Order: sequence, then C-alpha cells, then structure tokens
Amino acid sequence: MSVEPVSTPENDRDHWRKTTRLMFGHLAVWFVFGYVIHMFVIPLNKITIPVLNFPLGFYMAAQGSLIVFVVMLFVFAWQQDKIDRDHGVAEDE
Amino acid sequence: MATQASGSSDFIKNLGKIYGFYTGGFFLFVIALALLEQVGVPNRILGYLFVFFTIAVYAIIGIMSRTAQVSEYYVAGRSVPAFYNGMATGADWMSAASFVGMAGTLFLLGYDGLAWVLGWTGGYVLVAILIGPYLRKFGAYTVPDFMSFRYGGNFARMLGVIVLVCCSFTYVTAQIYGTGLIASRFLGMQFEIAVFAGLFGILVCSLLGGMRAVTWTQVAQYIVLIVAYLTPIVILSYQKFGIPIPQLTYGNAIMDITAREQQMLQTGLATAAALKPHIQPFTSYTPLNFFAIIFCMMIGTASLPHILMRYFTTPSVRQARLSVGWSLLFIFLLYFSAPAYAAFSKLEVYTEIIGRDLTAIRPWLFNWGELGLIQICGKNATNIDAVLAACKAVAGHPGVVRLQDFVINTDVIVLSTPEIAGLPYVISGLVAAGGLAAALSTADGLLLAIANALSHDVYYKMLDPNAPTARRLIVARVLLLVVAVFAAYLASTKPADILAMVGWAFSLAMAGNFPALTMGVWWKRTTSAGAIAGIIAGFGLCLFYLLVTRYFPGYGVAYFGMTSNLNPVTGAPLVDIAKAMTMPNAMEVWPTLAHPLANKVGWFNLNNIAAGLLGMPLGFLVIIVVSLLTKAPSAEMQSLIDEIRKPRGRTVLQEKT
Repeated sequence: MSVEPVSTPENDRDHWRKTTRLMFGHLAVWFVFGYVIHMFVIPLNKITIPVLNFPLGFYMAAQGSLIVFVVMLFVFAWQQDKIDRDHGVAEDE
Repeated sequence: MATQASGSSDFIKNLGKIYGFYTGGFFLFVIALALLEQVGVPNRILGYLFVFFTIAVYAIIGIMSRTAQVSEYYVAGRSVPAFYNGMATGADWMSAASFVGMAGTLFLLGYDGLAWVLGWTGGYVLVAILIGPYLRKFGAYTVPDFMSFRYGGNFARMLGVIVLVCCSFTYVTAQIYGTGLIASRFLGMQFEIAVFAGLFGILVCSLLGGMRAVTWTQVAQYIVLIVAYLTPIVILSYQKFGIPIPQLTYGNAIMDITAREQQMLQTGLATAAALKPHIQPFTSYTPLNFFAIIFCMMIGTASLPHILMRYFTTPSVRQARLSVGWSLLFIFLLYFSAPAYAAFSKLEVYTEIIGRDLTAIRPWLFNWGELGLIQICGKNATNIDAVLAACKAVAGHPGVVRLQDFVINTDVIVLSTPEIAGLPYVISGLVAAGGLAAALSTADGLLLAIANALSHDVYYKMLDPNAPTARRLIVARVLLLVVAVFAAYLASTKPADILAMVGWAFSLAMAGNFPALTMGVWWKRTTSAGAIAGIIAGFGLCLFYLLVTRYFPGYGVAYFGMTSNLNPVTGAPLVDIAKAMTMPNAMEVWPTLAHPLANKVGWFNLNNIAAGLLGMPLGFLVIIVVSLLTKAPSAEMQSLIDEIRKPRGRTVLQEKT
C-alpha cells in the first residue's frame, strides 16, 4: 500500500466523518450488549441453550456479551484501518 | 526516537521464540515439581520452590531489561508489538482480586456478580474507540502529559496528577497486601515479612528498567497466571463431565445447582432468606445498581492511567488499536472461566457439604477452617469436634449442615478447587504462583504509573525542566522506591479502609479523567477553562459522594438530603434513618463500617461504589457549558487536534530522549 497522503481539508473532514460514524456504530453495539440485552435477563433465562444447558440470560452476561466485545474490537481495528488507508492517513507498514 | 539499541530490535524479532521457550520451560518446571512431590518432598518446600523460581525468572527479565534511555524507561521505546502488549495489559489489568476474589464473588452473588465480569471487560471497547489510539498518536509519556498539552499547561497537569494518584495509590496498596496474603498463606511466612518479600518481587521487575522491564515481566507473568488459573478447572471439568472445557460444561453444573436449590428449600436445608438462587438476577443489587456498576467499571477501565499508558508503548497507532483487541482476548480467557469456578464450587458445597451429617464433612474444609476462612454454625471449622460442638450450641440444630450454618470466605473458591478435585499439592502451588503473578504485575503497573507521574510530570515538567537525562532517571527510580516502600508499609498494617476503597478507583478515574480525555479528542471546541472546571466539578462531586456516604453519613442525611439505600429483594430501607439519627453516634465522623449508616445512605438509592455515575455526567455538562462560554481554542491547537486524529505522521509531542 503506497497511497500518497492527500491532506486536503475535504479529505480530512471526510476521514473524520467516517471515523465518527464508525465510533457511534460500535458504541451502539457496545450499549446493546453491555446493557440493553441484560435488561431482558428474566425472560431470556426461561430459554435454555440446547446441549450446554445454560439459561440464555445468564449465558449472555457470563460469556455472550464478552465474546461480542472481543470480536468487535478486532473488527473495529480492521475497519478503522481501512478508513485510514482509503484517506491516505494510515501509517506506513 | 527512531533509533534503538540494536540489541533490543533483535530481542523484538525473537520474541516468539523466547516466550515459547519460556512457556515450555515453565511446564517442565511444573512437571519436575510434580515428580519431586511423588518422591516425597514436603509441600512447604514445593511452595518455596514455586515462589522462588518464578520470582527469580521475573528478576532476571527485569535486570536484563535495565535501561539508561528515557523513552525506554517511560514507554518501552515504543517498540512493543500489539500481541505482547495485549498480554502485558492482561497481567497489568488482572489483579489479585480478579484472580483470587472474582470467582468467590460469583459464588456468593450468582447472576448479580456478573456485573463485575461485564464491567471489567466491556471498558476495553471504549479504550480502543475513544481514547487509546489517539493518546498514542499524541505521543505522551503519561496521561497528565496530555492534560497539560491540551488544556493550557501545568494547572491541568497537576489536576491530572491528583486524579492519577487518588485512583492508583489505594489500588497499589491492595495489590501489595495481596502478595503478602498469598505468600503468607502458601509459605507460612509471617504476613508482615511476606509483604516486604512481595515488595522485593515488585521492585526487581520495575526499578532498573521502568516500563521496558515491567512490560517484559508482565508478559511472563501473564503466561504463569493464565496457566495457573485454567489448569485446575480444566482438570475438574474433565473429571466431572469428560470434556476439558469448563466454560462449556458448567452449564450442566448450573442446571444441577438450580435443581438442588429447590430441593434444599423443600427439605428444610435452606431458608428462603439464606438462599440466593444462582441464576436469579437482582438479588444482591437493584437493577439500577447492577447497571450502574457495569457502567462505572467500564468507563473506569477506559480512564485508569495504568491501563491507558500501556497503549503508549506500541510501535504505531494501528498496533495500539489492535493491541486493545489482544488485551481483551487475554483478559476474556480468565473472566469467562471465573463463573465456571463459581459453579463447580457451589455444586460441590451444595451437594457434598450442605445436607451432610456433621460427622461426614469432607476433610478439605478443615484446612481453610483453620485459617478462619470457613465457618460452620458460627465457629471456625477447624476440625470435626469443633464443628460438632458449635452446632450443638445452636438451638434445635438437626445434626446436618444447613445452608444458613455455612459461611465461606470468597478467597477460598479458587484456592480450594485443586483440593476439591483431589489434585496433588503441586497444582495448589501452581495456583499460588499464578495469584502472586497477578498481584505482582498489577502492582508494578500501578507503581510505575504513580512514580512516572511524580518524576516526569511533577519533577521534570514542573520543578526542573532542565534536568539532564541521568538525573531524571535517578529521580524516577528514587520516587518509585519511595512510593513502593510507603505502599508496602501501609499494606503491612492491614488497613481495612484502604482495601475497601479499591473499588472507588474506578469511579474516581471515571469522573476525573473520562470527560476531559474524550472531549479533548472528539470536540475541538473544548477549552482549557472548560476542561479544568469539568475535572474539578466531576471529580469533586464523586469524591464528595464517596466520602460523605462512607465517612460522614450522618451529615449526608442531615444536610444533603440523603436517604437509606433499599434492600434489592424486598425494597425495604436498609436502615431506619429516623431511629438511627436519634442514636448518640449518628453524627460520628470517620466511623468504622459497623456504624449503622456508613455506606448505607445515598441519593437515588445509588451504591457509593458507583459514585462515578454522578460525577461523570456533571463533568461532561460543565465542560460543554464552560467551553461554550469561553473563547474557542486557538487555530494552532485545533490543527494539532487534527494531527492527533490522523495516525500518519510524527507524534504531536516530541520528547527529548
């Protein structure tokens, strides 16, 4: 990758707009799996995960949300890097 | 900055090989000790060998990583690859409390304990998205560096230092206390001596090489702690269910626990008051407090200086981001196993202890009873006779252990699992080495954060900006030593108050740092006056709430409209305020926890552990209002913020090295 840095104000503004949009998108997912889903723990606990026998509400707080957070961070790192590259503001390898 | 000693770049290239050998060597060491145990070497000796050898390895790494370069000392030369920085952050983050106490909390609280699991993981999302990579691009050595640069100089820097010291010092004291506790329990040393032995273990990792040495010992410590945490539970899962993946099999244990809970209630082995069903939510925290704790722990994570500064050490912004992902993955490995520990232990207690005839109690219990960590019928369960005598004294006791007769200290859950599973002592020694690694690594990270703020921010930036490199490094080391010895001295006095205050660190960091850090990056219009006012207001309110609810509860009720917190199950007040206020000690200040009002009053029924929930929104509000009322930052500052937002290019702050 050798994109010439094109540091025009429009390019910078576009880069930051996309970065901000990505930020809000991920914060929304974080909020859903950090809070919203656990507000429904009582109905979710009525569902049992087959074979493993976890009540679903308990499982989401003990493992489900955590897995989402981990995956999310790697996806975020990849997406943000792509935005940086597309706008020529990524670091050289 | 770009030039490093060539020896260190060789080291970076060979990291995989070095730590691969190290991990293999560690396994061989454990196997060797297991063989020694088989030929009859006593447990005490095995315990000493474990502790001595692991600390010796950390010491060797610490001494080999010594440095005379400022950038190596403060940010490990910004050369730590994402993967290894992730491991180091994992060890930095997971403390003695996570290693030893977390599973116990889940054992006691059931579902409600998961607030801590969620809170101590989800914050990394915020680190990656909002703060970490931007601070890396900025090029700071410490968090107060950023405050000073962005918010007009040394006053903001001083506020940053105050917040940092407030949230790190109680925390480091608790870690040193943890090292003392583990060393004394497994080696039979006197506690006060064990604390100073722990201090030695901490200093060999950090004193000579600063951040560089701490980084490479933390990687080594992570490997020990995760192996130690997973081994017993993997074996136990294999024994019980034939599958060595406890994180999948404990669902069955939970199902059995739930069935057994019903059975215990029906057969009179448990009263409804003593039993908190394991999967039932909101039995220990009200929904508000459950979510408030998650929120405060998450935002606190993203504001704690000893965590943020780990992301200053990566070679690039891209690696900083990726490294947050690795950090959380490595932390996740421990936190998603903790509920399995809790479930297996609980099933063991509910089926093998509760309902048993007093004479048939399993003997592993008495080891912990002797240490005062397990009580039956209100007395330490030191041996069978003591238990029989204690229960005889209880009126109408049926002669079998009932749930309400049984009290267990949360630390026992992880430490006793090897014995419950009937494993040889070598596994217990391994767990002790893991707990020690967790406590040492966190203590080192915190100590470095405090000492760096004092040496870099206070001494170099504020007192003597012309100090030559050699003197700066000497001052840094002397301050590290002083802070460490002071914290160890304090820990050796077993300060109950300080240990209880550790949870405060998250709220204090959250209220003091989070608004100013995020707004500094994400809102160019944030002015120095706005940020300074916001830090003072947010941090001030949080500190006020913590101190009043804990130390001046009578004044909180009389003058600040505080009311009793409520019982999460019944909704009744925890304490009859009107009656308590007529007692002679109602207005006592600095009372002990036994005081009827201490920690039991507040606003909106909010636990004081989540005080940041009040301080942080106020901080944001004040920053926005005051910023809009003051003149916008200069065009020069605004273009520097643009630079922070773009990974490409030089760091904004250029330090003399």
